This record gives sequence, C-alpha cells and structure tokens, in this order.
Amino acid sequence: MSDLLRAENLSAGYVTAAGLVQAVDDVTLSLREGEVLGIAGESGCGKSTLAALLARNIQLPLRVTGGTLSMDGELADLSRALPRPQRGTLLSVLPQGAMNAINPTTRVRDLAYDVLRAHESGVTRKSARERAAERLGELGLPPRAVDQYPHELSGGMRQRVVAVISTLLNPRILIADEPSSALDVSSQQALVALLRDLLSREIIRGVVFITHDLPLMRSVADRVAIMYAGRLAELGQTDQMLNEPRHPYTRALVGSVLVPEPYVRRHRIEGIPGSPPDLANPPVGCRFHPRCPLADDKCLTDPPRVGDLESFAYCWRVAEAAQGQPVAPTAVAGSGA
Amino acid sequence: MTGPQIDEVTASNPFSDSGTPLLEFAGVSRVFGSVTAVKDVSFQIAPGQIVALVGESGSGKTTLARLAMRLLLPTSGEIRLEGEPVGKHSQRAYWRTVQAAFQDPSASFNQFYTVRRLLRTSLGVLDQKLSRDELETRMAEALTQVGIPPAMLDKRPHELSGGQRQRVMIARALMLRPRLLVADEPTSMLDASLRVSLLNLLRDLRDQQGLSILLITHDLGQAYYVSDRLLVMYRGELVEQGETEAVVAERRHPYTQQLLADVPKLH
Ligand SMILES: Nc1ncnc2c1ncn2[C@@H]1O[C@H](COP(=O)(O)OP(=O)(O)O)[C@@H](O)[C@H]1O
Ligand code: SF4
Ligand SMILES: [Mg+2]
Repeated sequence: MSDLLRAENLSAGYVTAAGLVQAVDDVTLSLREGEVLGIAGESGCGKSTLAALLARNIQLPLRVTGGTLSMDGELADLSRALPRPQRGTLLSVLPQGAMNAINPTTRVRDLAYDVLRAHESGVTRKSARERAAERLGELGLPPRAVDQYPHELSGGMRQRVVAVISTLLNPRILIADEPSSALDVSSQQALVALLRDLLSREIIRGVVFITHDLPLMRSVADRVAIMYAGRLAELGQTDQMLNEPRHPYTRALVGSVLVPEPYVRRHRIEGIPGSPPDLANPPVGCRFHPRCPLADDKCLTDPPRVGDLESFAYCWRVAEAAQGQPVAPTAVAGSGA
Repeated sequence: MTGPQIDEVTASNPFSDSGTPLLEFAGVSRVFGSVTAVKDVSFQIAPGQIVALVGESGSGKTTLARLAMRLLLPTSGEIRLEGEPVGKHSQRAYWRTVQAAFQDPSASFNQFYTVRRLLRTSLGVLDQKLSRDELETRMAEALTQVGIPPAMLDKRPHELSGGQRQRVMIARALMLRPRLLVADEPTSMLDASLRVSLLNLLRDLRDQQGLSILLITHDLGQAYYVSDRLLVMYRGELVEQGETEAVVAERRHPYTQQLLADVPKLH
C-alpha cells in the first residue's frame, strides 16, 4: 500500500526583495493510511509552509526549490497547484481561520452546496442541504446547523461544522493547520474526537494536524514531526516523542508545557530562551545551536540523521549517544548514518 | 529544593499585609437584555495577589473583566476598589489604579505607532502631563520591568515578535504604575515557550512590585502555574473559588472536574 503523502527532500522558500526565505529545507516524511501525523514547533518554523506544500497550495512568492512529493503513490507536479477535480476529493484543507473566514451571510447549507457543486454539476441546493444534514447527524452534530449562519454557532461548533462540510466529498487526505488554536480546551477535545471519528468511519483516510500545543498532539496524533527553522528536528511515535524526547529542541518544547500538576507550580519553568532564527539568514550547521544548552563546535556543521525514516532525530549528541562515544562530523557524514 | 516554594513566597509577601482587599466584587450581576452574563459573583483580590479566572468561552469571563475594568457597571451588586464603590471614582481615576492588557496585542496596536508613542497613549488618564524627564523615566522603567531593551523604543509593531508585542502592551499598562492589572487571555496567541516567559513575567511583577493581577484564561495549566487563588466560572456563575492548589486538589464542583478532565495530558 502506498503512502497517502510522501515528501522527499522537499525544499521551498519565499521569494522576497531581501532574497529567498528558506521556510522548508530538505524535509522527508510520509503520511500513511489511517494515521494522524502531527507537525509541531514554534511559530515561524515553517509549519504552515510545509502544510501549503503538502496541500499543493503553491503560489508566488512561495516556490519549491527541490525535492519531490507523491500523493497516493503518484508523483505530483509541484509547478502547478492541485488540479481542481482533486480539491475536496483527494485532499481538503481545514485552516485555522476557517470559522471566521466564512462569509457571515452564508448559511452552512450554502457552504455545502458550494463544496458539492464544484464536483457534481447536477447537484441541487435541496440535495446538498440534505446530504450535509445527514452527515452532521451521522457524526453526532445537530443536523439543524445546516440552516444556521456562522454567528449562530459557537466557535467550537463552527469549526466542527466546517470540518464536516469540507470533508463531504470524502477526501483521502485532510490537512488541518492549527484548526484548534483559538478554541477552548473542551472544544479542542471535541474537534479532535470528530477528526478521529471521520478517520474510523473511513470518510477520510489520513490527517496532517499542525499545532504548537504538545498536550493536544498527545490526544490527536499517531506520529509527530518536530520542525525547527524550516527543518525537521525529530520524528517518531507520539508517545515515545513526548515521554522520551531525544532532540534537545523537542525536550525544550516538552519542558515548556504547563500541566496542572503540583511539580509545575513549585518550580520556575524557564521556557526556551531566545527565539527561532530569521529564515532569510539562518545560523549555519544545526539551526538550534544558538539556543541549545548542549551545543558545541561540532554543531556548527549540519548534524546527521540518527535512526530510520520511521523514527529519527537530527543531532550530534543523539548521534554520539547512539554510538556510545563522541562522533566526528566527517565520520558520520561518511558512514551515511 | 533550591529557592523558596511559591506558597512560602506568597505567605511572606510584604505587599499582602493590608486588610482591605484591592478589588472586591460583592454579589455582582450584569444583565444584557434577557441574558444574565454574570450572576451574583463575589470574590476579592488582595494586594500582591494573582487571581486566575477560568472557564470555557461564553461563560462570562470577558464580561467580568470589563466590569473589573469599569468599562461596564453592574446591574446589581457592588464593585469596590480599595473599599470604595467604583461609582465614586471617575473612569479616568479608576484607570490610574486598574489597567488592562488584552488578548490579541496586534488588534490594539496601531501599526503606524512606534513603541514610544504607544507607551504614551495610556497617559491620557493622568490629570497632569508628565515632565519630559518623568516620561523618559517611566518608559525606561516599564520596558525594563517587561524585559524589553529600551533600544526598541523606536520600533514599529511589525518589527516586533508576537511575544514582544504582548510585553509592550503590558509595559503600556505599567506606565501608570497601576496596582491591579487585568489580563484577558494574554497568552492565547503565543507559543508554549513564549507563554511560559510571559507567565513568569506576571509572577515577577507580583513578587517584585506587589502588583495584583486578574488573569483570565481557559487554560487551567496556566492558571495553576501562576495564580494564588482560582475562580471557576460556569454559565455566568462562580461555581468554585479558593486557593489554587486546594481547588485543583479537591475539585469539588462537577464543572471543575470536567475542566480538569479536558486538559490534555502530556504523559
Ligand atoms: N508570504 C511570505 N513571504 C515571505 N516570507 C514568508 C511568507 N509567509 C511566511 N514567510 C516566512 O516563512 C517562515 C515560515 O513561516 P510559516 O510557514 O508561517 O511558519 P509557522 O506556520 O511554523 O509559524 C517565517 O520566517 C515567515 O516569516
Ligand atoms: S546538534 Fe548540537 S546544537 Fe543541534 S540540537 Fe544537537 S546538540 Fe543541540
Ligand atoms: Mg502557521
């Protein structure tokens, strides 16, 4: 079975007056059937850019500078946007602002009509309304929402309704870019449960879920990729990543999480000093080195990838731990580890 | 363990000796048409205390914040600042003691204003203009308190990061040397790591300046990390309140239990 998405050495940047802003740099990852792949990292690390590439929503000033992307086993033409017939059927996007972007004079049933009409020229408003109501009911949401305007729904309900409408055509892939960041915790959990339900009913077959909220990752994602300054820092099973992070950046992110447990209150949690680099002018070598407590001179050289494509980290310290001894930059690069 | 624990710090807080609460809500309700947004709410904020208000969206948190800011008056009940009913203070006088920092700094941040100009916009509520020296002193003091280098005074919003913008909005409030800061979801636009540093800033302002803070958030993890007292709001009512640790440990009200159950677990 082929992966739903497979990016290999994908690189892309924004063409600006000041030069190319390399927002995605040499990213290799895949989305498998039946899974939720999470992508996390601080703002400005390229998550939304990667989401745009995976959704083939590639418009200037964004330009692909290298690598390939396969969708459902077929090599995609990255010089063109996703062809219209595949939007909504092969792939749908659930953006962060979806709930506020809806025209306030559009009812949910009009949104459903627009989605269906793009693919079924004969569809009537009446049948679009019925199909949307039925789908909402099937997923445990109130079918009468179809006759409501966006402002008549709570923020959380609006986001869930948009998720249902945008998957009416059963797209194989759903790309959700921070769909829940503006919601309160209870609405976040409800959205996550809905996405899981869409997957288990095989309405959709795989989800790329972007958030900077690690505890939320735990409840939604099967695997997580951590991005820093346009590159992948670490990728692996969610449990393993959050319980035993290997990469110092993942560790720092995990260490910034505030959970309501006594040890959190009794300590001062420091977060991560500094901020991610300007991608027009990123640091050489490991891009995390200016902020990394474990950095040394070796980190001025690109770190090796340790692990296989299932689970890996890019870090000199991780490489040394794996070999039980210090590793020289050239030795690792030469051995192809 | 090195350093004092939070509870010891609070217990020995030199700013919380005075008996009169800084802000007090006594049976406050606020009605809009047929909707009671805030219902019979009573609580107090002592000097040098961080009080967190948690609840889901739509539960009345922002209405309560607006009441605490004197942007709204109660339909019934009384709000007292330093023992005086709020009606006795003019709005301008009130804002010399109580200042706010809101959710999305970019919304309140005029894109053409420099940091310098923005900081001055809070000063309109003063009766007398500050001397040039006093103004410079206050700007330097406010920026230092929030950890922004004075070299940033001439920057415009797009030249600042999200975390810096939020700190500048807090500095703007501090220009008036208020005694209470009302912060409505100040971290909701920030990443987890920036969130922690902003909450550390609130802790430092409490511990070093004796500032009282009303922090409004839907995130129990954040409330738990910074607050001395916790208020739990559900459908306009305070269903539970008390010392933060006790409220979370005992979780008496079913809504508090649900809030805790909904907090995603890291491990
Ligand atoms: N339209 C654009 N033009 C130029 N640079 C951009 C544009 N959009 C994003 N960037 C830059 O690309 C980098 C990655 O941004 P983004 O993908 O939005 O990250 P994230 O989603 O992780 O916050 C940032 O440095 C950002 O400033
Ligand atoms: S390679 Fe070096 S700087 Fe980068 S994360 Fe590892 S130790 Fe830190
Ligand atoms: Mg983004």
